[in-house]
Amino acid sequence: MTAGFRSPDAVIAENPLERMSSASNATDNAVLKAFATIPALLEQAPELIVRGRFLDCECLLGPTGHPLHASIRAGRIVDLTSAPVLMRSWRFAYRASPAAWAAYWQPAPRPGWHDLLALTKRGEAAIEGDLHPFMTHLQYFKDVLALPRQHFAVAAS
Amino acid sequence: MSGYVEPMIGRYVHVDIGAEMHRIYFEENGTGIPLVCLHTAGSDARQWRHLLADAEFAKHFRIIAFDMPWHGKSNPPASWNGDEYQLTTARYTETIRAFCKALKLDKPVVMGCSIGGRIVLNLAIDHAAEFRALIGLEAADFQAPWYDTTWLNRPDVHGGEVCAALVSGLIAPQGPQAARTETLWGYKQGGPGVFKGDLYFYRVDGDLRGRVENIDTDVCPLFLLTGEYDFSCTPEDTKRTAAAIRGAHVTIMEQLGHFPMSENPEQFRRYIAPVLAQIVASAKVTA
Repeated sequence: MTAGFRSPDAVIAENPLERMSSASNATDNAVLKAFATIPALLEQAPELIVRGRFLDCECLLGPTGHPLHASIRAGRIVDLTSAPVLMRSWRFAYRASPAAWAAYWQPAPRPGWHDLLALTKRGEAAIEGDLHPFMTHLQYFKDVLALPRQHFAVAAS
Repeated sequence: MSGYVEPMIGRYVHVDIGAEMHRIYFEENGTGIPLVCLHTAGSDARQWRHLLADAEFAKHFRIIAFDMPWHGKSNPPASWNGDEYQLTTARYTETIRAFCKALKLDKPVVMGCSIGGRIVLNLAIDHAAEFRALIGLEAADFQAPWYDTTWLNRPDVHGGEVCAALVSGLIAPQGPQAARTETLWGYKQGGPGVFKGDLYFYRVDGDLRGRVENIDTDVCPLFLLTGEYDFSCTPEDTKRTAAAIRGAHVTIMEQLGHFPMSENPEQFRRYIAPVLAQIVASAKVTA
């Protein structure tokens, strides 16, 4: 385990979503919990780390309203915390609606909800900033952000 | 089984395209109605290997798949000096017609996928009488762009990796992993700028809105089949296109994406077999 990880509950506790009371709160919390598991899941996917071995990057990933700041070093997520972090720069952001993440992580995602760029095309996600690290490692990001798929449906049910 | 030799045979045919001889690689199998298969942008005719090897289809069709110039084993022409490659509607149409003429094919069926599906619509508009039937996979008169093609060919981004990663999402998740990986391998092997150059036809030069209404399916039947997971050419794009063409047949294919013939050959066969059977039946009636 690499230093800098927050436990799923800690990530949620840092996030204003925790204080919201709405019908979508359960989905929002489940999405944040799932994001918090990504660094550890990545540690269990050495082939993905190898694919990202030339990648050092600060980026925002997560739900549209409450993204997480990810620090990636040599393909590993060495820090993942609620954004914004005071005066910490980032190069690109990929943010999607909580409903989009929940759909993306289904074991058999529905058509149009099954790919990061399908989500941007349908307006459920947005890519912003300097896209270069995202595009040079496009399959890496698709696969890293799909890591919760194996657990999400079970956890959310 | 070690030692098994697949039935298709690959050869080169010299084809006059634009007053210059091109050495075009093609593979074929079977006898009967010529069935010419067109690969997607940035890939090559290996996408059709399962259809080419299909013993049932080969009883009724001479199945042929060729690599477009700059793709697969069809090199760029001798006159190419390294300039940016750009496929145009006119050039693409001319290439297909010249290939069919060079092989002396009598009223072939043409089946194309993606850009191949788009050009099939153009063949239906301008040259329908030359063909027995036309089949467009993942075909529409126009599709909304969903990425900037300049990412496909620049020195600071690996072309093979980014091309494959972009199209990976167009494949349905239900396909066999090996077939999905093989489909992406075709994109990883494309020449620099070739995928981008093909998309010049797709994005800039090949907008057929307002023209497909002129297709006469009494002259040449038209079949359009699109995978439900294709978010580039969506089922809605195909249905909108077909709605403007009297007599066009439309099928939305479940558990398939933008590369049906290669990403999940068995699933694709369920949908294409009835279409090919209908073409065979029509040929018998005509004869």
